[in-house]
Amino acid sequence: MQSTISRSRRQFIKDTGLSGLALVLGAYLPGCHPGADQKVINAAAGVLPQAIELMTWISIDNTGKITILNHRSEMGQGAWQVVPQMIAEELEVAMDQINIAFAPGNQKKYGSQITGGSSTVRGSYKHLLRIGASAREMLIEAAAKKWGAQQSDCYAENGKVFHKPSGKSFNYGDLVQDAAKLQPPTEVTLKARKNYKLIGKPLPRRDIPLKTNGEAVFGIDKKIPGMLYAVVERSPRIRGKVKSFDDSQTKTIPGVRHVIAVKRTVFDNMFEGVAVVADNLWAAMEGRKLLKVQWDDTGFEHVSTDQLFARMHEDLKKPGLNDRTGGDFERAFQHAATKVEAVYEAPYEAHACMEPLNCIADVKDDSITIWGPIQGPDWIQSDLSQRMNMPIDKVTVNMTFLGGGFGRKAFLDYPHEAAVISKAIKAPVKVVWTREDDITQGPFRPGAVYACKGGLSKEGHVEAFQTKTATQNMGLQNPGADLHTYNGDTLDGFCKPYYDSFSNYSFSDIPTASPIPVMWWRSVYASTNGFAYESFIDEMAHAAGKDPLEFRRQHLDNDRYQALIDQLITLTDWKNRGKNQGWGVAITECFSSIVGEVVKVSRKPDGKIKVDKVIALMDCGWYVNPDIIRQQVEGSIVMALGAATKHDIQFKDGMAVQHNFDTYQMPRIHEIPEIEVHIVDNDEKAGGVGEPGLPPLAPALCNAIFDLTNKRIRKLPFNLDEI
Amino acid sequence: MPKYTLNINGKSTTIEADEKMPLLWVIRDLIGLTGTKFGCGIAQCGACTVLLNGNPIRSCSIPASAVAGQPITTIEGLSTDNSHPVQKAWIAEQVPQCGYCQSGQILAAAALLSKNPHPNDQDIDAAMSGNICRCGCYPRIRKAIKTAAAAAKPASTLN
Repeated sequence: MQSTISRSRRQFIKDTGLSGLALVLGAYLPGCHPGADQKVINAAAGVLPQAIELMTWISIDNTGKITILNHRSEMGQGAWQVVPQMIAEELEVAMDQINIAFAPGNQKKYGSQITGGSSTVRGSYKHLLRIGASAREMLIEAAAKKWGAQQSDCYAENGKVFHKPSGKSFNYGDLVQDAAKLQPPTEVTLKARKNYKLIGKPLPRRDIPLKTNGEAVFGIDKKIPGMLYAVVERSPRIRGKVKSFDDSQTKTIPGVRHVIAVKRTVFDNMFEGVAVVADNLWAAMEGRKLLKVQWDDTGFEHVSTDQLFARMHEDLKKPGLNDRTGGDFERAFQHAATKVEAVYEAPYEAHACMEPLNCIADVKDDSITIWGPIQGPDWIQSDLSQRMNMPIDKVTVNMTFLGGGFGRKAFLDYPHEAAVISKAIKAPVKVVWTREDDITQGPFRPGAVYACKGGLSKEGHVEAFQTKTATQNMGLQNPGADLHTYNGDTLDGFCKPYYDSFSNYSFSDIPTASPIPVMWWRSVYASTNGFAYESFIDEMAHAAGKDPLEFRRQHLDNDRYQALIDQLITLTDWKNRGKNQGWGVAITECFSSIVGEVVKVSRKPDGKIKVDKVIALMDCGWYVNPDIIRQQVEGSIVMALGAATKHDIQFKDGMAVQHNFDTYQMPRIHEIPEIEVHIVDNDEKAGGVGEPGLPPLAPALCNAIFDLTNKRIRKLPFNLDEI
Repeated sequence: MPKYTLNINGKSTTIEADEKMPLLWVIRDLIGLTGTKFGCGIAQCGACTVLLNGNPIRSCSIPASAVAGQPITTIEGLSTDNSHPVQKAWIAEQVPQCGYCQSGQILAAAALLSKNPHPNDQDIDAAMSGNICRCGCYPRIRKAIKTAAAAAKPASTLN
């Protein structure tokens, strides 16, 4: 596992996605046979008894109650709805006929469950459709056999199989025993898109009623018998080690049971702390306040963001590690009629999920059980198996609903820490991070600095394009990592057809050495790349004296992009806008989707800039639930607006400066512009939904501010009130 | 340890706890109602919002002992079957994403509408700006409050 952690997330997801899928296809058989009853744990409704697993993901009991599993985490992005929505389509059942439950971590069975990279639909939709269709065909075959009828005379609809000539029917519950004895078909015909009853429809989310009455069980809400509660005093300074601690005051708090030194793994660096374990969480928190810990944190006293960014700017003067090149940039830049140069800077960020990190671990001599808000149950299963020396089939990782994830809850450290504590105290324990732990400890989104150069022809065509990126590489954090490896993700967010039209280009990368732990944050590298690339495209458009959207059109010579730009022009009435009225546009591509956003800003009578409106156009190809796409793009825009104009994480004296929501200030309702989200209808392959809406917002906003004020913003975050 | 009687969702419950123990932890860990959430612990995010005498308060920052005997409403007390007009509107407008902050959002909205049945945008901003949503459900929160307001009183009678 150590070696996989050091790889980039993209590579990781690609690999596990492929091998995982192959494994499931290999096991393309019912997981249980009749008689081997499977218990399905349901976060909302307890345990379903006696259901037969007809196909992986699908269980039906003899009363006809159908359970469809969601094998991905549900952190707000809608997997709980769209995974069953896809399967139910081919299974020919309505959404209100099914029960939905989380699958536990099991990569052999479900393929990769790492819920990241906007991968749930795009990574598995064809497979999930085949699962649903196979189960349907088995139910039809079972019915035909019962009737002694031709299978071709039977069809499935609404949870029943009908015999067309006679009009007779069976409920799925009447058929499941027989169907489960059949071999799944080797080939199934999937429905044509035009015949879909569920897919493509804005069906209401099944998790929402659980989230409006307090019923949904998040990790922090989950209880198991005999469970104690723990909080961990963590070094305020990055990588501080516990020298000694005095728990005499802590132990005066009623309910405090144990005080122990603990470690958690962060990219194989051990982060240390002192855990206070108590009968209830508040007692643990109170005990922690009275703890006196001596930290050995020498060597990290001087880590600061000022120093780090100075280093990144300095690094940009060096030759980078080449990521991708085409033609001869230097020569073309030399001969360009117009030269444009700019440097952009984006800050470190915290994930700040509304549900602070937490995890329940129950470590026994011969088993480990985990419950928690987890983005990668299968990954945690294999990691704990290795780190705790426990056979993988003795490690059970259960998901709850997640109160946000944004990448942070795909990490392995907090379940590991809970397991270490449970093992030490020989009892089940729930470890809860406070908001201060969450904001100050990271891992963080890395800050980044970009140096961009562009050369234009007399006609205003881009002849030369270069970016150099200085940032911490998320994949190079293990001790002894080779910093001379380029970071393959610094191109994320860049619109691919530009490679064809910018005939001479060079992308390079200088990994920044830093002890600050960093990791993926919603849209990962694209979250900062998009700002630099699309701001710079805008700067070049202005240097060429061209309309920013027309300039993009000229350089994105591809039908899909041309259609997106046409639609964006229509939706925004782009051509009828006045000169310098505060309009900005940006288009980015990541996770196999393309998103264009247009931002409209104005100056209010008090002199302050207001973001009036954002119009977004998402092209994610084949899609499942348009209302969830709208939700995700709305949310991405709000999160990006916060990162552009409200919050960042700074470091001083080796510590994070921001501690809680009073200093890490996120957008609130009165700061939110009108947001309109549109979806492109086309026949492209399914693309990602949860992340691609984020990267275009910051550049579109800054481009809009330039349009209004002639001021170019090249550093995030900035204060809208100070422009 | 001292004993207190709390009036939560119309039910009296006697608890035994340190007098400094915040209402949030009493509700969640002693009484066992987990719809009320821990977000920041410093009254900045509103995830722990409950209603005290109908007014939204941050339960993370008030000791349970200070509100003994007074009527407290948590999300579970609004209704467990989603029959409250604000819950209905939240479902109709498909507001929640992760859902973690929504108990607090819904209670803040219910308190607003009980005092001001037809809030305008400024009223909504003022009443709801204490509740953070990291998923960015704000446009739908605004819309759902208006939906709930319209459902409570048909538009034709507003004139």
